[in-house]
Amino acid sequence: MTIVPKDGFTRKGLTRRSVLTGTGALVVSFALAPHVLAQQQPAAAPEPPKLPGSLDDARRLDAWIRIDANGDITVFTGKIELGQGIKTALRQVAAEELEVEPGEINLVTADTGRTPDEGFTAGSQSMQNSGTAIRNAAAQVREILIAEAARRWNVPPETLRAEAKTIVAQDDRTIGYGELVSSQLLAVEAQPESLLKSPDALRVIGQSIPRVDIPAKVTGGVAYVQDLRLEGMLHARVVRPPSPAAQLQDVDTASVEQMPGVISIVRDGSFLAVVAEREFEAVNAMRALQQAARWSEQAVLPDQNNLQAFLEATKGDIGTVAEEGSPEVSGKIFEATFRRPYQIHGSIGPSCAVARMVDGRLTVWSHTQGVYPDQEAIAEMLGMDLANVRVIHMEGAGCYGHNGADDAAADAALIASEVPGRPIRVQWMREDEHAWEPFGPAMLMKIRAGVGEDGRITGWNYDLWSNVHSSRPGGAGNLLPARHRAQAFSVPAPRFNISQSGNGDRNANPLYAFPNRRVLWHFVPEMPLRVSALRALGAYANVFAIESAMDELALLADMDPVEFRLRHLEDERARAVVEKAAEEFGWSSGAPKGDRGRGFAFARYKNLAAYLAVAVELELERETGRTRVVRAVSAIDSGEAVNPDGIRNQTEGGIIQATSWTLYEQVTFDDTRVTSTDWSSYPILRFPSAPDSVEVHVVNSPGQPFLGTGEAAQGPTPAAIGNALRQLTGVRLYDLPFTRERVKQAIGV
Amino acid sequence: MAISLNVNGETHEVDVDPATPLLYVLRNDLELNGAKFGCGLGQCGSCTVVVDGAAVLSCVTPVSLMEGREITTVEGLGTIEEPGPLQTAFIEMQAAQCGYCIPGMMMSAHALLTRNQQPSDREIRDALMTNLCRCGTHMRIMAAIRRAGELMQQAAAPSERRAG
Repeated sequence: MTIVPKDGFTRKGLTRRSVLTGTGALVVSFALAPHVLAQQQPAAAPEPPKLPGSLDDARRLDAWIRIDANGDITVFTGKIELGQGIKTALRQVAAEELEVEPGEINLVTADTGRTPDEGFTAGSQSMQNSGTAIRNAAAQVREILIAEAARRWNVPPETLRAEAKTIVAQDDRTIGYGELVSSQLLAVEAQPESLLKSPDALRVIGQSIPRVDIPAKVTGGVAYVQDLRLEGMLHARVVRPPSPAAQLQDVDTASVEQMPGVISIVRDGSFLAVVAEREFEAVNAMRALQQAARWSEQAVLPDQNNLQAFLEATKGDIGTVAEEGSPEVSGKIFEATFRRPYQIHGSIGPSCAVARMVDGRLTVWSHTQGVYPDQEAIAEMLGMDLANVRVIHMEGAGCYGHNGADDAAADAALIASEVPGRPIRVQWMREDEHAWEPFGPAMLMKIRAGVGEDGRITGWNYDLWSNVHSSRPGGAGNLLPARHRAQAFSVPAPRFNISQSGNGDRNANPLYAFPNRRVLWHFVPEMPLRVSALRALGAYANVFAIESAMDELALLADMDPVEFRLRHLEDERARAVVEKAAEEFGWSSGAPKGDRGRGFAFARYKNLAAYLAVAVELELERETGRTRVVRAVSAIDSGEAVNPDGIRNQTEGGIIQATSWTLYEQVTFDDTRVTSTDWSSYPILRFPSAPDSVEVHVVNSPGQPFLGTGEAAQGPTPAAIGNALRQLTGVRLYDLPFTRERVKQAIGV
Repeated sequence: MAISLNVNGETHEVDVDPATPLLYVLRNDLELNGAKFGCGLGQCGSCTVVVDGAAVLSCVTPVSLMEGREITTVEGLGTIEEPGPLQTAFIEMQAAQCGYCIPGMMMSAHALLTRNQQPSDREIRDALMTNLCRCGTHMRIMAAIRRAGELMQQAAAPSERRAG
């Protein structure tokens, strides 16, 4: 192994020569004498060095980048496109360091047969993990190609440069990437440090190049798993139980079997599905089976009108999220309880999957967020060898966390195992998605904080009650059909854990500087309703509570809320987005007139990722209680910006989606059944209620790590809306969502 | 039952249960990807197509009612090589995140812009009343529709001058 002093690789002191010496020697060593190296390994191998991003898990360069003899470049990522534009941004990152155009990169996304295992595409980490890995891998590949050309031409590598898929010498000799690669060249472990291009030399990173996937999506091209039509494909529908705890007692399938096109009815315990030649035949048969099935149901759901009692009754553990100084608070005190209901992801396209079982080998096409975890869970459910299960990602409709994708994949897999040979397409109906996707958990947040005469926060007590916000597979028990089979896999017990990036406690600890704080998570293990990761996890409700409290404390201190925040922010990048959003909004010109109010909020997502501040102008129709965000102005710093328009697009979306959550959304249920099963019983924002304008100002941080973008707006948005309503009416709302009824009640109409 | 359908200017014979929603026929029999299944209830608009100039929810429209009508899907607005003005505008404004709802949005917009290429903000919002977007792309969608109206007017302008 080539050993280069760590100091030689500090970014500041990096020289091309030091890196070239490293990589060049590494290639030669591996190519010529791996057995010698092996013999030189000490008995107890030292911990391998930490590699950038997901390179740390898939350590060989050729796991990420392949160059063919004809010069074609393929980049592999274990992450997926879910509407966030990753197919474009990852191409940009690779193209930048390989000195080619983004269009020259063939990108392969998550496929257990082809790509690295990068776990789930979640937590706004695609750029942090995969983007970082690919950028470093691409830079190292470029330097290896330069070193190889230098070796062949016997010239110093620093006299060479990469350009348009070739290495170019000072005398204008060129040699193509394809001519330089050999089978061994990229079959090497990546180095901990790379010669990344400096911020001022970037051509592709930082450019708002158009998304590569949009042209096909607006012209009817194949874009989604829903569009997959395989030869001989059959259509299946699953008859889901009418309620979470229901069990299938009996079902007379005889008449349904005689219906047109019906191929098979699959029953396994409480799992009931029908397979038909044509899609509408499957739908008709499903409806008939729904009529024929008799279920036993149990009233196990909590009182929707008193979720606080359900949450507080928990006997779960209590975890300390943050503790500093004394838990006592002094000065003028603000004390309040905030509540968040269960909410859904609500992808516009319900979950869908295609599976085919041929000769004991299963292939599943799915819009899962994690092909590898899904492969493992499906193999476990069916008792198959992992090697015989392949999961290939295809896009679905927008994904905002753990929706029905994995379950639909498992449905298709289970049905395909019962009806082998022909491909099986499972399409969930709207009511399946609304009622059975895992919900974002209900939460309860109690806050007690004080502000002193000097306008500074004296102390902060915060208690939150929440389930764990993840029940992803890992484990067949997290797949619906596996739970419903006769040989049922039980739901794995949720694991309570306080982590740096947080879960239910995500962003529960304010980023603001003050001396005394105590933040506790009262863990709720009981899960009468199925819950999992919804965009931003606990950060949505925690930032809502914290930033609402910040405005109340500013009022107690008789200070402007923006100034009050700045007074407690030490991180310069945090201050920069707060100042930028306030300036672009025109905060200093005062509150709007008439029935309009304004509100402000800020958070750094996970307290370690993107910084986002947002100011909103809200209008209120007092007679009806109808509110509408008229204008939102935000500033975001998500590190080095790869595609600024992509950042704007996602952030605009985050603001509007969080606005919808905040004004309209809550899962409804009685003691037995979920009753919000369509867009009428679970309304979301429609066009007449969309804002007049949403501005996103990207604060670029060249040379800084990628911080991710997708979830940063979810927490600040509800708080800014609540703060605007407070500013306008003098009344604060503590319960999400701010329905018309609640607003009317609060303002006394 | 054999039914004759006119889709994007071409005639197709399909043999299906007459109660079949138009959406399934478009997607499965004609293999057109544009119209999407979103709810099957006429609530979300992702299945929107244009029939005789009006936006229609194909997921709740039996195919038997479609004989002799002119059906347009997003595939009828242009191709990836030669996109029509609505497609050009949506690409230009990058008016998609996941993109699943977008063809339905475009067909609602197509029905609007065919009547009125300078719609007001209110008219655009009303035309999209039935269309849901979950990614929150609303602002770009509205901007793209305004832009498409401009492109249509520009395209129409020279021929109008000639005519005049």
